[in-house]
Amino acid sequence: MKLMYDFFTGQLGLGAAGANITVAAVMAVIMFTVMALCAIILTWMERKVAGFMQSRYGPMYTGRFHGWAQAVADMLKILGKEDIIPAEADKGLFKFAPILVLLGSLLAWAAIPWAPDFVAADFDLGLFYIFAVSSLVVIGILMAGWASNNKWSLYGAARGAAQMISYEIPLALAVVPVVMRAGSLNPQDIVIAQQGGIWHWNINPITNPFLFIAFFMYFIASIAETNRGPFDMPETESELVAGYHTEYTGMRFAFFFLAEYANLFLVSMIAALVFLGGWWAPFPGMGWIPPALNFIIKGVLLVFLNMWVRWTLPRVRVDQLMHLCWKVMIPVSLLCVVGAGVWMMAWGQLK
Amino acid sequence: MSFEGLSKESTEKRRSLLESIYLWEVVKGLAVTGRHLVHNIFHTGDMPTMQYPEEKRVYSDRFRGRHRLMKREDGTPRCVACQMCSTYCPADCITITAAEHPDPAIEKYPATFDIDLLRCVYCGLCEEACPCDAIRMDTGIYEIAADSRDKFVVDKEFLLNEQTRGTR
Repeated sequence: MKLMYDFFTGQLGLGAAGANITVAAVMAVIMFTVMALCAIILTWMERKVAGFMQSRYGPMYTGRFHGWAQAVADMLKILGKEDIIPAEADKGLFKFAPILVLLGSLLAWAAIPWAPDFVAADFDLGLFYIFAVSSLVVIGILMAGWASNNKWSLYGAARGAAQMISYEIPLALAVVPVVMRAGSLNPQDIVIAQQGGIWHWNINPITNPFLFIAFFMYFIASIAETNRGPFDMPETESELVAGYHTEYTGMRFAFFFLAEYANLFLVSMIAALVFLGGWWAPFPGMGWIPPALNFIIKGVLLVFLNMWVRWTLPRVRVDQLMHLCWKVMIPVSLLCVVGAGVWMMAWGQLK
Repeated sequence: MSFEGLSKESTEKRRSLLESIYLWEVVKGLAVTGRHLVHNIFHTGDMPTMQYPEEKRVYSDRFRGRHRLMKREDGTPRCVACQMCSTYCPADCITITAAEHPDPAIEKYPATFDIDLLRCVYCGLCEEACPCDAIRMDTGIYEIAADSRDKFVVDKEFLLNEQTRGTR
């Protein structure tokens, strides 16, 4: 970041404000590209993982090798589709909702530290900002369901809102012990606090077993937060057609689709940076691996875990989902916060 | 319908503590799909999926495919236009127009012999009805596709020609 700033001020002779704006613009373009790319790669990955788990091949034709270009072809197809807005829909909200959903996940990318000196927005409330901004998705989903003027969309949106608001609590609570340990809400500081190999990562159950439990709480809540896996209540196709995006076609549907995968990658990246040591290599001798690559590999492995869960477990019922959140996950995460605090006091790990 | 005979205990299985926590059961489930994934990555050929246009299923010799008309040694159709097959056909897909054969030893020959492949149910009764083994379904052709309905109606020349595949 500093390097880029110096390049713009030194080589191109921009002023401080100009350089800042240029750096922000460049980072926004990079983040958007990363997001679009990850959506394309992850859709392919999802279809292959699902296929192989069910003893099928998945896409095989497009692009010769195992249909790697299938997602690209799908995107091109979706661009050429007719854009239909239902006659009775609330047109303004209907058009704005997909943008808001995408914005919610895109904004959060800004605070993700990819490498020691590669964060779009390096600021002290980073983690708080990520959770705050990704709540925008709830509003977007509710807006989409309401604006569609379709009962299935509305049911899906209502379920989605209830689910995402509920699961945000254990999601945020699970991160609190880590914040206590690192003594900072800055994602970069949290990563730096985990320096020194796999046994220094926050997930290590020997250093602090409560952080180990917190990781699983975070992971389960993140599945519900991205509306996937056994918790995809907002879009249960067997009962709600497609939930809140039933009425969407073409590019607007693609926005929801893009946001789903961007969100999936985002929550996995947060899990990687909070619990799995961010951009640190797993072992001290592996410093030659680029930090960003470390980080991305961890994120992709978590995404794989997420897909694994999705293609294994049957969908839960709405009441079971709420039961799990309010009666199990929130008490356990609260216990984690208290337990982790006591543990760190007892062993003198508090900063 | 009454449910009086059913007691609640008989339908609901008691769960053990380990089962009611679900976590271990989830891990067991993940192990199943994980095993499939790993096995299928290393033994891709074991998957039941057939890559259809490249790989084709081998059917038995008794498979009833598209019909063909048999020829005499001089190349004329063996069919004597007796209408047995068209009478027997449950789908009513065979249309034969009979005409007088120039050879007095043979009574009739089919002036036209049309089969509507869209109506045909591939039951094989025409084969069985035929008194002179003139129609057979042993070609093994099952890829019968065309872009208009009239192309599915195949005529005598088409059925006699051994080079034809599918439809017109």
